Amino acid sequence: MDEAPREFGFNTRSVHAGQRPDPYTGASATPIYQTAGFVFEDTESASAYFNLQEYGNVYSRIMNPTVAAFEERLASLEGGVGSVAFASGLAAQAALFFALLEPGDRIAVAKALYGGSTAQLNHLARKLQITVDWVDMDDPDGWRRAVTAETKALFAETIANPGGNVLDISVAAAVAHEVGAPLVVDNTFATPYLCRPLEWGADLIVHSATKFIAGNGTTIAGAVVDSGTFDWSNGRFPSIADPSSAYHGLRFHETFGVYGLLMKLRSETLRDFGAVLAPFNAFLLLLGLESLAVRMDRHVANALAVAEWLGGQAGVSAVRHPALPDSPYRPLVDRYLPAGAGSVFSFDLESGREGGRRFIEALSLWSHLANVGDTKSLVIHPASTTHRQLSDEELAASGVAPGTVRLSVGLEDVDDLVWDLERGLRAARDSAVTA
Amino acid sequence: MNEFQDRRTIQQIVHNARTVAIVGLSASELRASHFVGYYLQRHGYRVIPVNPNEERVLGEQVYPSLHDVPEHIDVVDVFRDPSAVPDIAREAVDAGAGALWLQFGVISPDGARIAQEGGLSVVMDRCLKVEHARLLGRMHWMGFDTGVIAGSRNSG
Repeated sequence: MDEAPREFGFNTRSVHAGQRPDPYTGASATPIYQTAGFVFEDTESASAYFNLQEYGNVYSRIMNPTVAAFEERLASLEGGVGSVAFASGLAAQAALFFALLEPGDRIAVAKALYGGSTAQLNHLARKLQITVDWVDMDDPDGWRRAVTAETKALFAETIANPGGNVLDISVAAAVAHEVGAPLVVDNTFATPYLCRPLEWGADLIVHSATKFIAGNGTTIAGAVVDSGTFDWSNGRFPSIADPSSAYHGLRFHETFGVYGLLMKLRSETLRDFGAVLAPFNAFLLLLGLESLAVRMDRHVANALAVAEWLGGQAGVSAVRHPALPDSPYRPLVDRYLPAGAGSVFSFDLESGREGGRRFIEALSLWSHLANVGDTKSLVIHPASTTHRQLSDEELAASGVAPGTVRLSVGLEDVDDLVWDLERGLRAARDSAVTA
Repeated sequence: MNEFQDRRTIQQIVHNARTVAIVGLSASELRASHFVGYYLQRHGYRVIPVNPNEERVLGEQVYPSLHDVPEHIDVVDVFRDPSAVPDIAREAVDAGAGALWLQFGVISPDGARIAQEGGLSVVMDRCLKVEHARLLGRMHWMGFDTGVIAGSRNSG
């Protein structure tokens, strides 16, 4: 005890944070506490838990020890004070925005965004009477022009899906803090191994843990991580600083200090939304985080090798990988993503919509499916799937060309991945000849 | 992290303290000071309320100031406006307390210095309840980062 506590490194925390050997059985793996409720010690303890006077397990819709082990490990890796897990990435985002925003508020959001998030924000805007101000994240003055006196949050992805735009985190954070709003960053594509936005001034992180965190494409999950550094008592967030009518007048920020937002997010928002992460899914996410660093190194190397190879192929008109030397995002990659820019990127086929379809049909190793961040290599052609209803003009407006193909590069041998892509490109070129 | 948030100091106070005088302990169950006092009692600490406006809080006799407390104090835990801290720090030194602990937002470098020069350990802008829950309690059940890393049953 007289020894200074050690600051453990990222890899050690990936394997150990959040989990201790089970004191009762000695189990080395995190037990899966597959239980709805927890037996109270006595009536005094029960009421202390319900009053939030003591940290205790009550009901797995609010907290669960297996889920908590995942939450603590993710918070440790991101450098936050804590985390609340949710049933999906979109559930995490919806809950966070619901906790932060009041009717009449505005949120500034990067236009280059996962389509599911764009749809969610438009939906929330209609239902909650909030206004979304869409921002060109590549414009150095974009954030400053977008914020107003009503802006209560700024939101963007570290690496945008599918465009690969890289967020200048420090710039967005500076604007956010000038107006007294938190910067929320979706760190799904980078993971805390490649970038920790909290270290660059972001206040909150959201994750689709379905992707690289789970790692194997087995689990739908999400989480919010809080830096604990935002001042919720700045007069702009009465729902966090003022007495809560949903919690008998409790002031979350005063009572729980740096943990106030997360306490509210758990004991009010998650409690009422009910989009809770299942204990078994949390167990799979813990396994995923244990190998995050080694997997990400391979993902990064494979993706860059595939991107470089694609750049030299006939029939390919553009490769948008942010770490390529000619990418406009290369300086931001050097600053924020020195260990690599992830493994999801897109490229364009000269042969357009029909070429994209032929390309996908000719592949036999890459999986054609709507996910990213798997050990397996995944491919999707937006113009014939997610964006199929759009005209070429509408496609262009959403930043997708008719021949755009998105790849999520897995952990296979690069030679095998390239062998399959070669067959796809040949089919796409043939379609251009016959068309 | 400033010099008054030293992890070893926090660890030693949480592990070794037995008697905690809480300056500004409120009788209202909704105030942060009451949350902390209630929690510390539950975990076996002797809580001595210090507040000129109350008589009994959490079942304990309340003293108007630290000068009036008739027993040894391990930790003086402060929930007051930062401007009140230098005087409280002097009283804590006079009382021979072991440590001065300033809660979230109670930031007084002057007060901290006075206590430190008087031989007390000092922690500032941290919560005693949270640090106990982090190191010895159940805070990990709420998804908070406790900083505890343990692969064997010897640790902690």
